[in-house]
Amino acid sequence: MQNAVAFVHEQLTGKKEFPKFKAGDNVTVNYKIIEGTKERIQSFKGDVIKRQGRGATQTFTVRKISDGVGVERLFPLLSPNIDSILLNKKGRVRRAKLFYQRERSGKSARIREKKHVAAKA
Amino acid sequence: MTSIFEPNGKQVSCTIIEAGPCVVTQKKTVDTDGYDALQISFGEKKEKNTPKAEINHFAKANTTPKAIVKELRNCSIDKQVGEAITCEIFTEGEKVSVVGTSKGKGFQGVVKRHGFSGVGEATHGQHDRQRAPGSVGGSSYPSRVFKGMRMAGRMGGDRVKIKALKVVKVFPEQNYILISGSVPGHNGSIVLIQN
Repeated sequence: MQNAVAFVHEQLTGKKEFPKFKAGDNVTVNYKIIEGTKERIQSFKGDVIKRQGRGATQTFTVRKISDGVGVERLFPLLSPNIDSILLNKKGRVRRAKLFYQRERSGKSARIREKKHVAAKA
Repeated sequence: MTSIFEPNGKQVSCTIIEAGPCVVTQKKTVDTDGYDALQISFGEKKEKNTPKAEINHFAKANTTPKAIVKELRNCSIDKQVGEAITCEIFTEGEKVSVVGTSKGKGFQGVVKRHGFSGVGEATHGQHDRQRAPGSVGGSSYPSRVFKGMRMAGRMGGDRVKIKALKVVKVFPEQNYILISGSVPGHNGSIVLIQN
């Protein structure tokens, strides 16, 4: 049974190339929007506050402050509508889910940047 | 369960089912058995745990002992004894029905079991009535409770058929199919797929 799930996930997940990112990182998601027959790309830039699920059903949530209002958007990682994901900044956080960000604003909502990231060959 | 993306980006949740191979182990006919049916078998079983009579029954179809045996009446599949039915009888996009045994829920009240709304309100002096069944019948007439009155009791574990589920994808080599939505029963349970 577990093998079946693993096999199907492997078949479905394809070979999409994304930068490695996790909660706390600042990313830009370029998302395809279909309006009638036209297609355009909308970008959503914010902090990842959650990564969830595995295999073909993985999702992640991006939070940003837009005009003083917190906006969260959930993306299925393997959605064909995701054009690209850009990693802007690595964040230094101590948790996998940053829901505490919802109660914070302004200075206290800042996420420290992870510096001195070891370069990978 | 898993999910699959349609070309337009819509995410469809679906269930992975190992559909076969089901070996035809007997063909019943009107002449010999009084009715027409196709007996199919699925899943391996250890020989040491199988009665000799069963071993020989499966040996007639040149196959090993199987765990699940099911008779299908009015079956349009034309296969000989010993041949296997695989998931290739399903095509992507077709509608199927899935029959299984639903998950046991234990002893449940009327709200969960029959969709009652409970009695009364949460406030205005009422308490302990929100999940109550209400009246079960008249006092002077009929002065008894009618048979079949819906009450609390064991829920789940019933035979359930879900119709018009879509076959989303077929993996012929592994005999896996993906069916949109959920099917009755717990993970790893046995279901019957009709098309």
